[in-house]
Amino acid sequence: MTEQTFTVITEEGLHARPATILVKKASEFQADINLVYHDKTVNLKSIMGVMALGIPHGASFSITVNGEDEKEGLTALATILKDEGIAE
Amino acid sequence: MRNKIKGISASRGIAIASPYLLKSPDLSFEKREIDDEEKELKRFHGAINQSKVDLSSIQKKVSVEEAKIFDAHLLLLEDPELISAIETKIKDEKSNAEAALDEVMTTYIDMFEALDDEYLKERAADIKDIMKRIMAHLLNKWLPDLSLIKDEVIIVAKDLTPSETAQLDIRYVKGFVTDIGGKTSHSAIMARTMGIPAVVGTSLASEHIGENDLVIIDGEQGEVYINPDSETVKSYEKRRDEDKQHKETLKQYIDLPTELKDGHTVKLNANIGSPSDVKQALENGAEGIGLYRTEFLYMESHQAPTEEEQFEAYKTVLEQMGDRPVTVRTLDIGGDKELSYLQLPKEENPFLGLRAIRYTLKEKELFATQLRALLRASVYGTLKIMFPMISTIEEFIMAKNMLLAEKQKLVVEGISVSDNIDVGIMVETPSVIMLMEQFAQIADFFSIGTNDLTQYTFACDRMNENVSYLYQSHNPAIFTMIAKVAQAAKKYGKKVSVCGELASDDVAQAVLVGLGVEELSMNAPSILGSRFSLINHVKEDLEILALEVTKMKTQEELMKQVNKFLTQITV
Repeated sequence: MTEQTFTVITEEGLHARPATILVKKASEFQADINLVYHDKTVNLKSIMGVMALGIPHGASFSITVNGEDEKEGLTALATILKDEGIAE
Repeated sequence: MRNKIKGISASRGIAIASPYLLKSPDLSFEKREIDDEEKELKRFHGAINQSKVDLSSIQKKVSVEEAKIFDAHLLLLEDPELISAIETKIKDEKSNAEAALDEVMTTYIDMFEALDDEYLKERAADIKDIMKRIMAHLLNKWLPDLSLIKDEVIIVAKDLTPSETAQLDIRYVKGFVTDIGGKTSHSAIMARTMGIPAVVGTSLASEHIGENDLVIIDGEQGEVYINPDSETVKSYEKRRDEDKQHKETLKQYIDLPTELKDGHTVKLNANIGSPSDVKQALENGAEGIGLYRTEFLYMESHQAPTEEEQFEAYKTVLEQMGDRPVTVRTLDIGGDKELSYLQLPKEENPFLGLRAIRYTLKEKELFATQLRALLRASVYGTLKIMFPMISTIEEFIMAKNMLLAEKQKLVVEGISVSDNIDVGIMVETPSVIMLMEQFAQIADFFSIGTNDLTQYTFACDRMNENVSYLYQSHNPAIFTMIAKVAQAAKKYGKKVSVCGELASDDVAQAVLVGLGVEELSMNAPSILGSRFSLINHVKEDLEILALEVTKMKTQEELMKQVNKFLTQITV
């Protein structure tokens, strides 16, 4: 399992647009991908789960990836978060 | 069934077409135990797939901004948590797909609605939307979809929301009929902007019109015919074709000035709601934009438009209009226009409450963003800025000072801003007219919004049907007020424009020009017809007429007199 922690830098927080981007990317991988925020863990392939957390600007969260393509998955997610100015 | 229904004329013209019934289907279902889970799962996945097909095809037809919303909707249809929860209910509880869908989705909807975040609360509406679509497919019910219309139709609905009206494609939508609404409700204004006939406030049209009926809308009389006899159809077809021909003849006036017989000129401008309306304004011979309603920019999206988005919109309009002036009205929200993300407080009397300039002076950051975007765009054309719903001198000074402060900041940042931006006000409250002499010394121009002015002069809610008899836009009281505005403005060399409904009304136009109004701003489709009739007048005759009518006692008397005058002109 690999894990990485991020801080939300987009003003709007992890709302619809950023959540859509993130979930779309996560869905491309076989591995189980979860998002951990405070004490809650949600499936990162579930748009409802991610949106319901309502992670605001400046908050930290971590992504855990477990499965065959976990390394590629986490790298891809970290890249898109940075490129889209969502989190780093 | 053959029938004739009377409503309120919202937008002129004749339309003859099949109806498109904008009704939500009955999506009720029975919860039952199933015995073939495989079959039920297949039914569920079939409905999901059909919903995806629907959304993808809608997505292709809408703007880039709206398409993003459907991106999120499509992801909801693929949400693994959601889908597996429903599958589990079908497999383990032997629940039918409808009940499983309803129970799972409702849990999510409740969860989102309970969240302490306005934006997320609103997502509950998205989930409901998706649930409705899947449910309709499960029940083999048809869900109406305005953006999928590809035949010539007349929309029949209880009511049309602004976003629904915005989705109408006038290539196919020939007109609309609604049960509720009045002459100045949002959908009526939109119909006039789009130049399609509409009848509103019919009370029961949506219940009487069936899918296979033939419908005629007479936008002039406010009448709707259901399955009329062939003679009626023929006579309306004739009128429709004549209208079309008249429109062709009017085209020769596109590039001509509106010059009265004695050489006096009046400027005819267009009211617009978005950059995409500019094309229509120019095609109809607009000499400028007299009213750019910026609130549509704020209504299109789920969050306030950024400075950059606004800058692009204003710049586009200014560039396309070239050296013709563009008068932008700053955000006019509140009253009957709400924005979910702005969290406007619920008020007892919204029309007397926190709206327009009152709101933007309170939400300074939101206002500053708009002012900055406008200032940055000012170098791309001739920009004029006006503030809506001013009722005191202090409000105008505060708003203008904010504009100057933002301008100063931009200059310091090295961003160029035009030095020739006229700053004016909308005249909509009696208090401004009482202090007109004072206002005329500090504002650069005046634009009279006759809809609100009428409402505030008669203290009558224009949306309330019980007092609609008081909404007398042609009452001598209104013209007397306009006379006062015109006189004071003239004394200080300031221009007066009228941008409400009165501006496109031929009875009012004659009086307004006689009173000294120099510019009229209206929906683009009305411009050429107005030019065509105004050029037959002589300014002095109109002045005499105007003086006469301001001495009259009632609206009825005034209408009679002006109509008599107009008939003599055409003879």
